[in-house]
Amino acid sequence: MTNKINIDETISWQEITPGGNVCASGNSEEFHTGDWRTIKPVFIADKCNQCLLCAPVCPDLAIPVKDGKRGDFIYEYCKGCGICAKVCPVKAIEMKADN
Amino acid sequence: MSIRERLSGNEAIAFAMKQINPDVVAAFPITPSTEIPQYFSQYVADGQVDTEFVPVESEHSAISACVGSQAAGARTMTATSSCGLALMHEILYVAASNRLPITIAAINRALSGPININADHSDTMGSRDSGWIQIYSENNQEAYDNFIQALKIAEHKDVQLPAMVCQDGFITSHAVENIELIEDAKVKEFVGEYNPECYLLNEKQPMSIGPYDTPSYYLEHKRQQAEGMKNAKRVALEVAKEFEKISGRKYGLFEAYKLEDAEAAIVIINSTAGTAKDAVDKLRNEGKKVGLLKIRLFRPFPAEEIAKALKHVKVLAAMDKTESFSSQGGPLGAEIKAALYHEKESPTVINYIYGLGGRDVRVEDIGSVYEDLYKILATGITGETYRYLSVRDQEGK
Repeated sequence: MTNKINIDETISWQEITPGGNVCASGNSEEFHTGDWRTIKPVFIADKCNQCLLCAPVCPDLAIPVKDGKRGDFIYEYCKGCGICAKVCPVKAIEMKADN
Repeated sequence: MSIRERLSGNEAIAFAMKQINPDVVAAFPITPSTEIPQYFSQYVADGQVDTEFVPVESEHSAISACVGSQAAGARTMTATSSCGLALMHEILYVAASNRLPITIAAINRALSGPININADHSDTMGSRDSGWIQIYSENNQEAYDNFIQALKIAEHKDVQLPAMVCQDGFITSHAVENIELIEDAKVKEFVGEYNPECYLLNEKQPMSIGPYDTPSYYLEHKRQQAEGMKNAKRVALEVAKEFEKISGRKYGLFEAYKLEDAEAAIVIINSTAGTAKDAVDKLRNEGKKVGLLKIRLFRPFPAEEIAKALKHVKVLAAMDKTESFSSQGGPLGAEIKAALYHEKESPTVINYIYGLGGRDVRVEDIGSVYEDLYKILATGITGETYRYLSVRDQEGK
């Protein structure tokens, strides 16, 4: 198998890839890791000075950066780890309970 | 022309490895398989192979290095025994589920405890459900032949599973016997190159291997893995046919010895089959219709074919050189009885535990098994179906 195939919960045992191997790169964006969070970061745009220290420390893809500026969180990828809030020098990210 | 030699079972395996010239061998020494990496490392030091030899610090590391190496796209091998195989246990499952056709030369030795270094099958029988193909060998010749065939079965696109080639520690691993070796070039041509469709070092096709599997997918992966194991039976026969062309030696899923018209028979694994054939010959000379079935493939277990070969037998002894502590017999006994379950008429099966921890099994011991079977035939009384062969018993004193 040299081409990536799409795997979802309808796939049969005959079609699934051996051992769950993924023969493609850049596909972690298809895997949403943010559904078991207990706390979530809240972006306070007014306080943000766009230093961009937060984006590279995010272990997933929860902080989108476009044209040199970060946008609001994409919660589908956020596990609520809080690293971004820790590194923010201007307290523009606040961790809050996520019910 | 094939090469006539005299080699021990360990030397035969090391020699097969040299001829195959794998990309990587990662190993840690343990009696009685130690000689295999020892002899092989000499080939490496002498420049007779191109193999990357990785001396690791434990068997868990040995098989883990094998997993990484095979996943990278390298043909990889190792050797081990007993507690070494037990220490590999966790990673055996990883190798199988990641569909990595690694080859292990497994030299059968009892598991501790009490600590013991001699032959029985408790080590590889403990790995029987790990997803590895298991091929058993009566002598050095079979160990050599099976090892060369094993990686070709394992690497087949319809199989993609690791394989272990088993033989009895010391009895065949250290005993020197005559052997017919195949010419280097023929072996190399037979095994060919390892060309996996996906591998980690392929820069043109990046891949992830061994991802976390959620409940939504694990079942499908296991079902697919089971299909690979089912296919291994067919592929083993195809490979055996090809092997016969270069060696003149015939292999099947098992060996039937004077079984066709047998009324009493035994099913046995590895070196004791040789002893048992002597017992069969002696009894045949006395006019008794006795036979034997020697297991070659234990995983996958060729149940249908074995049932067909055994269903006409009246009384049968399944010989387990290991305990399973089920209180009703050993793993071979369980497989044989399960295989015969759907036959309308099938033999009475007695399950013997024998030869544990390297206890010597003589022709007379096997003779006594056939005697027991004939007693059942004559009296119709089965008695205890779970027995220990030649165990010292207070009642016998």
